[in-house]
Amino acid sequence: MADAYTLPAYDPGQRNPYLPYAATILEVITETYNIKSFRIRLDDEKAHREFAFEPGQVGQLSLFGVGESTFVINSSPTRKEYLQFSAMRAGEVTTALHGLQAGDKIGVRAPLGNHFPYKDMQGKDIIFIGGGIGMAPLRTLLLFMLDNRKDYGGITVLYGAKSPEDLSFMYDFKEWMARDDIKVVLTIDKEAPGWEHKVGLIPNVLTELDPGADNAVAVTCGPPIMIKFVLQALKKLGFNDEQIVTTLEKRMKCGIGICGRCNIGDKYVCIDGPVFTQAQLNKMANEM
Amino acid sequence: MSNKFISHEKLRDWLEDLSARFEVWAPVNTGQDAKGVVVYRPFVRDGALEFARKPVESAKHTVFPRSETLVNFKTGAKDGKPALELHVPEDPPARAVFGLPSCDARGFQIFDPVYNGSGTQGLARDNYYLRRRNATVLIVKACSKVLNTCFCNWVGGGPACTEGADVLATELPDGFILAQVTARGEAALGSALLAPASDSQEKQARKLHEEAGAALCAPPDLSASVSALRGKFDDSAFWEAEASKCLSCGACTYLCPTCYCFNITDEARGVLGARIRSWDACMLPLFTMEASGHNPRTGKIQRLRNRIGHKFSYYPSLHNGRIACCGCGRCIKSCPSSVDIRRIVTDAIGITGTAGLKEQKNG
Repeated sequence: MADAYTLPAYDPGQRNPYLPYAATILEVITETYNIKSFRIRLDDEKAHREFAFEPGQVGQLSLFGVGESTFVINSSPTRKEYLQFSAMRAGEVTTALHGLQAGDKIGVRAPLGNHFPYKDMQGKDIIFIGGGIGMAPLRTLLLFMLDNRKDYGGITVLYGAKSPEDLSFMYDFKEWMARDDIKVVLTIDKEAPGWEHKVGLIPNVLTELDPGADNAVAVTCGPPIMIKFVLQALKKLGFNDEQIVTTLEKRMKCGIGICGRCNIGDKYVCIDGPVFTQAQLNKMANEM
Repeated sequence: MSNKFISHEKLRDWLEDLSARFEVWAPVNTGQDAKGVVVYRPFVRDGALEFARKPVESAKHTVFPRSETLVNFKTGAKDGKPALELHVPEDPPARAVFGLPSCDARGFQIFDPVYNGSGTQGLARDNYYLRRRNATVLIVKACSKVLNTCFCNWVGGGPACTEGADVLATELPDGFILAQVTARGEAALGSALLAPASDSQEKQARKLHEEAGAALCAPPDLSASVSALRGKFDDSAFWEAEASKCLSCGACTYLCPTCYCFNITDEARGVLGARIRSWDACMLPLFTMEASGHNPRTGKIQRLRNRIGHKFSYYPSLHNGRIACCGCGRCIKSCPSSVDIRRIVTDAIGITGTAGLKEQKNG
C-alpha cells in the first residue's frame, strides 16, 4: 500500500486547450502578393473583452476541415478591438486562409507561448530589425511600445524586403514615419523605380545606421539568412548576446508543450519560446 | 488488507462481472495457434486470453487511443451568414485493463506530468488524456519470466513492480492472486467471485516475484545519461554509427509505452467534420517538416538522436531525472534491423561490458 504516487486529477471545469474560440474575420488586408493580414474578433463578446495576451505571444488559427497553423498575434494588447494575424501563403492552411474574406468564420486557440521581455526593455533604446513577414512579431511589440512611449528610450525601426512589393504593413509605416518620436528606415535589396528610401541589404544598412549598443536592445526577425548576417553586424556594432532578442518558428501542433514537434533539445518553442535572446539560443542544442 | 484469489476456471466470470462497471481490456492471442500475435483487446467471454507471452504492443492505447476526436465541427451557413458550431465528445466509458505487464503501467507515469501540464514542461492540462487516465483501472500482471530484451530494472522497474498499478495480479498454477495497490484498485476487487488468498498462495507469489527479479541481469548506472547525451549531441560520427542500421520505420515509437507524440488533423465531409488527434512519431521524416520545406530533423540520424535524447536526456532534465523509458524492450524485440536502445545509451555514457548486452559493433 506504499503508493505515494498521486494520479493527476481530471477537472472537467478547466478550459479545454484544444477547443478553439469561434471567431469572425472583420477585415482582410492584402499586404503583398503572398501575404495577407486578418483582423478577427471572438464571437463570444465576453471572451473577446477578457482575452488577454502579451506582445509576442502566438495563436493557432483553425480552418475547420483543413487544419491549424501558428501565427504571432501582431496587433497590440493595448488595442483591443480586434486580433490581427498575418500569413504568407505557403502550405495548405495558409492557402485556405488566403481564400477567406470578411464575415467568414475561423477558430483561434490563443494566447500560446512566451512573450517579448518588454519590462526588461524599459528605459532602453530599442532597435527593431525586420525582414519581410518577419516584421509581424515586431509590429506587436512596436505598437505596444508606442502606446507606452514614455517607458522606452529611442526607438529605431529598420525594415526591409527584396522589393517594394514585398513590404508589409505600409499603412503602419506611413503613420510611423510621420511621427517624430521614432526613427524609421526602409530598405529594399535592389533599386526600383519611384523608391525614395534606402537600397541595400538589411545587415549593411544596419551597419551604416550604427545604432549605439550602449543601453540598447535589438529585436530582430526575418528569414534565416538575414538573421545570420544581422547577428554578425550587431556583434560588430558592440551588441552582446543578451541584448539581442529574436523569435523562432517551428512546426507546431498542440501549442502547449506536449505533441513533441517543436523541441530543440529540452526546450519547446511553443512554451519556452517563440521569443529567445541570442544568449539563450547559444545554450540550446544545435538543431534549428 | 488481505489479498484475493481467482481461479483460472472463474477468471472469465470475474472479468464478465467487471464488465458491468468497466469496459474490460485484456491480452488476446489474435492468431490461429500458439504463435499468434498477442495484443490488447476488449474482453469477450470466449476470447483467446493469453498471459504466457508479453503482448507485442504496449497497453498505451487503452488510455491514449491511436486516434481520437478532439472537436466535432459544423461549418456552412445559417440565416445566410457563415456559421460555426463546435462540440467536444462526451466522456469515454470507465475501463479496466487486466494483465498488462508492470512496464506498461509505469509508461503512463511518463505521460502524466506532460499531459497534466505540470513540471517545467507544459502549461495546459490535457483533459482528453486525464479523463481517460482517471477512468482506467490498471490490473498489472507480474511477469513470471523475463525476456532477453527486458530491462525494466535499468530504469527503476521490476517484474512485479507496483508503480503505476492499481492491482497487482500474480499467476499461480491454479489461478491469480490479486493484491490491491491503490484505492482505485478497490473498485475492481469488489466481487463475490473472489476468494481470500491463502498464506501458501501469498508465499508462492512472493517466490515468483523473487525468481523473476533474479532472472534480470544486473543493471548499469544510467544516471549520467542526461549529460552524456547532451555531450554527444554534436558528435555526428557517434550518431551515424548508432543510426546506421535504423530504417526510420517508426515501429519503435508505435510499440513504445512512453512515446506520447501526436498529430492533429482535420477530416471533413461537406459541412461536418472532426478534428482528430492521432499518434505520430519523431522517427518519421514529415514530423518536423515545415511549410517552407525546411526540416530541422531531415535525416534518420537527427531523428534517432531526438528519440534517444528525449527519453534519456531531455525528459529527465525536465522531470526530476526520471528517464522516459520503462525498459519494456519492445523497440528492441520488434525492430526490423535490431537497433538496441540499451546499446546506444550505454555507448553514449561510455559503459562497456554490460551484462546481458552482447558486445557487437554497430554498422
